[in-house]
Amino acid sequence: MSLPRHWLPLLLTAGLIGGFGYVAVRTGPLAAIRVTLAAPERHDLYPALFGIGTVEARRAYAIGPTAAGRVQQVLVEVGDVVTAGQLLAEMTPVDLDDRITAAQAALARARSSLAAAEAQVREAMSRREVAEPNARRFAVMRGRGFVTQEAADVKQHEANAARAALSTAEANQAAARQDRDRLLAEQSAAMKLRANLRLYSPVAGIVTARDAEPGSTLVAGQSVVRLIDPGSCWVRLRIDQARSAGLRVGLPVEIVLRSHPGEPLPGQVARVEWIGDSVTEETIAQVAFDHLPDALTLGELAEATVYLPAIAKALTLPSAALHRLAGREGVWVLGDDGVVQFQPIQIGVRSLDGRAQILAGLAPEAQVIVHSERELHPGAAVKSSPTLNGSRQ
Amino acid sequence: MISLAGRDILHSWGKYAFTGVGLGLLIGVTLSMAGIYRGMVDDGKALLTNSGADLWVVQQDTLGPYAEPSSLRDDLYRSLLGLPDVQRAANVAYLTLQVQIADQEVRVMLVGIRPGEPGEPRYLIAGRPLERAHYEAVADVKTGFRLGDAIQIRRHRYTVVGLTQRMVSASGDPMVFIPLRDAQEVQFLKDNDALRNERVRVLANPVLNRPGVPGLAETLSRSQESSRMVNAVLVQVTPGTDAETVAESIRRWKHLQAYTRPQMEEILIAKLIATSAKQIGVFLVILAIVSAAIVSFIIYTMTLGKLREIAVLKLIGARNRTIAGMILQEALGLGLIGFMVGKTVATLWAPYFPKYVLLEPGDAVRGLFAVLLICAVASIVAIRTALRVDPATAIGG
Repeated sequence: MSLPRHWLPLLLTAGLIGGFGYVAVRTGPLAAIRVTLAAPERHDLYPALFGIGTVEARRAYAIGPTAAGRVQQVLVEVGDVVTAGQLLAEMTPVDLDDRITAAQAALARARSSLAAAEAQVREAMSRREVAEPNARRFAVMRGRGFVTQEAADVKQHEANAARAALSTAEANQAAARQDRDRLLAEQSAAMKLRANLRLYSPVAGIVTARDAEPGSTLVAGQSVVRLIDPGSCWVRLRIDQARSAGLRVGLPVEIVLRSHPGEPLPGQVARVEWIGDSVTEETIAQVAFDHLPDALTLGELAEATVYLPAIAKALTLPSAALHRLAGREGVWVLGDDGVVQFQPIQIGVRSLDGRAQILAGLAPEAQVIVHSERELHPGAAVKSSPTLNGSRQ
Repeated sequence: MISLAGRDILHSWGKYAFTGVGLGLLIGVTLSMAGIYRGMVDDGKALLTNSGADLWVVQQDTLGPYAEPSSLRDDLYRSLLGLPDVQRAANVAYLTLQVQIADQEVRVMLVGIRPGEPGEPRYLIAGRPLERAHYEAVADVKTGFRLGDAIQIRRHRYTVVGLTQRMVSASGDPMVFIPLRDAQEVQFLKDNDALRNERVRVLANPVLNRPGVPGLAETLSRSQESSRMVNAVLVQVTPGTDAETVAESIRRWKHLQAYTRPQMEEILIAKLIATSAKQIGVFLVILAIVSAAIVSFIIYTMTLGKLREIAVLKLIGARNRTIAGMILQEALGLGLIGFMVGKTVATLWAPYFPKYVLLEPGDAVRGLFAVLLICAVASIVAIRTALRVDPATAIGG
């Protein structure tokens, strides 16, 4: 038997057995699970909160009538810059102007009556000024016996009557004055009512909506125009309650508007609302811009990242290493003896870039499994690999 | 003692080896077919395992969320958390859609999860889990996405921050995990045209847009546009508790359907993939019969090819047992080579299948015995022919 004659079949057999053996060991349940390892590292941890919100105006004004009525004219267009006190729109006065005219006429009449009353007072005073000295003279003359008792009594009566006539005239004058005051107030009320139909801007701002056109009828509460104070724009931010710990006023925020995805704008938390959304389970915060961007659209979607105070030199792990087994949070650890074990640990804050703070439960030199090809179980056979990405299955 | 079969094989080893390889490829196909079936079943099981739930709570009278549509209010999980022995409960939304990757479209199952709750991917092979509450995604590596890729889904772009693997739907579509709130929006939010149409419809309705009630129509439109629905609630029970007991109380008192793991497996494997599984099963049986027939033919023709040599053996006084042994050994050798080649090629080409192919060692062992049995049975006909050979033909021609 010559070896050269059979080397090829032997080689093929060896190759076949080798290939089969490789296949049997490297695949299937016998194969070791490839994993990547990492040790806890001391890092400066920058925890942050992330949420989305909409651009809103802190102060928005809906300008409308206080009673039902019809719009007579609207003097501003959307986008107009208005000043405080500027006339924006006017409601139809219906009969209000006529009522003002009537009130004015009544007032004029009342003034005339007052003048007549005053004249009567003067007349009565004049009568009294004549009657009283007469009465006194007759009384003196009666004492000396120049006139009869009857004549003296008549003069005394005249003096009394003149005094009473003056009182009457004075009372009439007071009534006329009160009448005038009442009509004055009525006229003023009608004019105020009229002024109330003119809609003025309470602030300097920008018209954002023109809700009604001349001729349309509105009920009380509906707006004719709406204004905002453009300097008061902020972002109403909604943050998942589960990840909102640490949110407070004054934290720096990075705002990204949907229209400018590549340009983060600085801002800060201006208010954390006391009332959250219990349906969507979100906490609501208002974020103010440090500098208002030029073109801002109300209602625009914005993403905001709220930066919490950094934690210096925290013991951290990649958050991909964290798992939950039988209700406990922990990590899979590869022991020195090569045995995989689940190690419950206490986790602190997590950063948005995927690192988690380890509070307790892990030795600093532990070999922690970060990524794995399959789900791990205690005692699993693993094989360390620098990276798993790129494996086909 | 020299091996008669070995000497005979070495005599024409090339032909023998090629026959073995050919048979091996056939066995490889058969094993792959079994692997495809196992893969389908495993896809279903992987879906259930990965969701990490003990109970699936779905809409009443449905087989949801995988086999039938199911929709629930997203605050129901709170009342479930209040039940005894419920440890954790998390909303989850499922939606199958096509997403664009490079110039191709890939069919994925979008899963809306709450990070840190049941339903999230159980392990990653790269990157990190979802940390932001919006616009991040963890994708199965089979989707073809890489870390840092952007996925455009409806209105928003999602950044791939982590990769996982073997996270598939029951039909084998790779999963893409996104935050629940985003998934709800993807699933239930209408497109802009539809939204506008709906608003106009509300405004045109005199009952809803009454002049004396300002704001009613707007409020109604807003409430129509927001979505507070999910597909299922995944529940984990306290360790050591019987899941069926909890499921029973959910079914009775919450008027929802609750499935335990075995019931869910029954739904997925017996109902959802039953037809495809039977299809493959029938094909597997046919393939096994064809393989057996081909092995028989090969061994029979191999024996016919060396009838003269067998006659010579008989002439020099070889016993029948020796000759039968030779043929049987050659047949079994062929089976062994075929099995090894088959198992190797099946393993090597398995990753190139678009869907998961699971080659179970148990199947391989059963396959080995089946191949050897088939070879042994197939050699019976050949042995009978060999034994009937007249030794005189060795010199007669």
